[in-house]
Amino acid sequence: MDKLLDIENLWVRFPTRQGVFDAVRGVSFSLGRERLGIVGESGSGKSMTGRAILRLIRPPGIVEADHINLGGVDLLKKTDKQMRAVRGQRISMVMQDPKFSLNPVTTIGDQIMEAYRLHNKVSKSGAYAKAVEMLNAVSIRDADRVMRAYPHEMSGGMGQRIMIAMMLIPNPEILIADEPTSALDVSVQRQVLDIMDALVKERGMGLIFISHDLNLVADFCDRVLIMYAGRIVEVCAADKLHEAQHPYTRGLLNSLPRLDAPRARLEVLRRDPAWSETPSVSGRV
Amino acid sequence: MALTDNKGEGRASLPPWIKTTLLTIGSIAVTMLGLLFITFIIGRVMPIDPVLAIVGERASQSTYDAVFLELGLDKPLIVQFLYYLWDVLHLDFGTSLLNARPVSEDIARVFPATLELATLGIIIGILLGVPLGVVAAVRKGSWIDQIARVLALVGYSMPIFWLGLMGLLIFYGILGWVGGPGRVGIFYVDVVPSVTGLILVDALLDGNWDVFKDAFSHIILPASLLGYFSLAYISRMTRSFMLEQLSAEYVTTARVKGMSEWDVVWKHAFKNIRVQLITVIALSYANLLEGSVLTEIIFSWPGIGSYITTALLSADMNAVLGGTVVVGLIFILLNIFSDLLYRVFDPRAR
Repeated sequence: MDKLLDIENLWVRFPTRQGVFDAVRGVSFSLGRERLGIVGESGSGKSMTGRAILRLIRPPGIVEADHINLGGVDLLKKTDKQMRAVRGQRISMVMQDPKFSLNPVTTIGDQIMEAYRLHNKVSKSGAYAKAVEMLNAVSIRDADRVMRAYPHEMSGGMGQRIMIAMMLIPNPEILIADEPTSALDVSVQRQVLDIMDALVKERGMGLIFISHDLNLVADFCDRVLIMYAGRIVEVCAADKLHEAQHPYTRGLLNSLPRLDAPRARLEVLRRDPAWSETPSVSGRV
Repeated sequence: MALTDNKGEGRASLPPWIKTTLLTIGSIAVTMLGLLFITFIIGRVMPIDPVLAIVGERASQSTYDAVFLELGLDKPLIVQFLYYLWDVLHLDFGTSLLNARPVSEDIARVFPATLELATLGIIIGILLGVPLGVVAAVRKGSWIDQIARVLALVGYSMPIFWLGLMGLLIFYGILGWVGGPGRVGIFYVDVVPSVTGLILVDALLDGNWDVFKDAFSHIILPASLLGYFSLAYISRMTRSFMLEQLSAEYVTTARVKGMSEWDVVWKHAFKNIRVQLITVIALSYANLLEGSVLTEIIFSWPGIGSYITTALLSADMNAVLGGTVVVGLIFILLNIFSDLLYRVFDPRAR
């Protein structure tokens, strides 16, 4: 498979007064032109993994890895300036809640055009046309009005589509979607996902889809990494997720209510301390 | 009736900005009325006999009665208040007991001195305080942050009269870098015609560089002191506002786009603290305008702070009330002005 991204032995560390806290502990995986799901509960290190790839962990946090190769070049060896050319243009990220991830005092148009003009030398009118085109691509009608509007005037679903438009406008190879639908109403979740999926496919991009929603990931992705306490405990094909072997994954699946198999009592996840000590499973292909 | 009808018609057709303007003017008027009422009451409850203060203790009963009637003190309180309101509306604050001149003339003379000092002070405070606060937030924990912290702490805790005296001793007395107390040196008094009352501006209008330089050398030390005190407050507030914004998710978005850290800080985060900063700056400015009494006294600065203080000490109530009304009016206007700026800077407040 055509590898876009290859990560070996990624660690994210935070020095605290009580000692060093390891948020991500030796994770390895690769990404092709596919939809890779990362699931896990809060604090399992899935978001940190996404942010570490973009080198967005702020000091005092530390990112270490044998390599984070993007098209064969190690991102960890890049200077800050070179890294800025990677961000947005080659790897982009959609965050959880558009209410917070869009700048409240800047018009949507300015924010989208800025994302484009940071990487492309174009006139303002050229960027405007491109932004409108991109808004149309995420099914926003009345793009001219939206361009002039401010984020607080948008609904959550619209906001997230705007985020997708903004993050895809420089035409990156990889999109990291960090819980992109968790803050949205269930009724618009699917719509936003479909739009994102269509764009990612059309452009032949790789997608890292971070979520805590097992069913969603099983449905939406090609391959799934299950993270627990900063490690990958299991890797499986998304359509085989329900046949997962690891007791943690099984526990998570069993704790979910199912319409087709109603149960009087859902199982409680019992954690085995040994899980966090077993070495990480490699997600490299 | 006609008036009500007009209003009824107008409501449907008035553009929103006219409505906002009318509301603003209305709120200024109501607040002003309240302020005037309070100063009026203070003037009446003070245990100072206004008649006696004018005629003196040895005046005859008939003189006393004549002045009593002339001041309208025989009328009911509410009528007296209406008279007072009428006078104030005509910028008549009565006559000062100290120099027998209209209080409004005195204020027109002393207020520009304070305005000039406070404005230069706040400009220094903003120009140094805001960048210092931003850098302290961006480089939290660095040596710049530590220096900013110490500067602010000293600014908060050092008495201004001590710093003022030390400043005079060092920069005027020993080094001779700046002018001494007063607004201009003795040779430059009344050299340029008073147009605005602000000597720096008047000197510029007149094209008289010598006066400008002299006035500047006199104002720079007290203005720097006031600037330092507002810097202490402004930089601390800027730092905490910025820290809050820098941890916001939209800042991460800006970084994900591939933006440089400078642009992330100034184009995104800073843009979001403008509204809060305006409040802080308006408050500091109002405090400086209200008259930095100690600074004005130490530097023999003929401003409104020392004017009101002198008047108060000599029971010159007309002057005190006139000064208070002016200071109150400035507070109100600054508040309205910052409200207007909110709407400019924050689309959510429109």
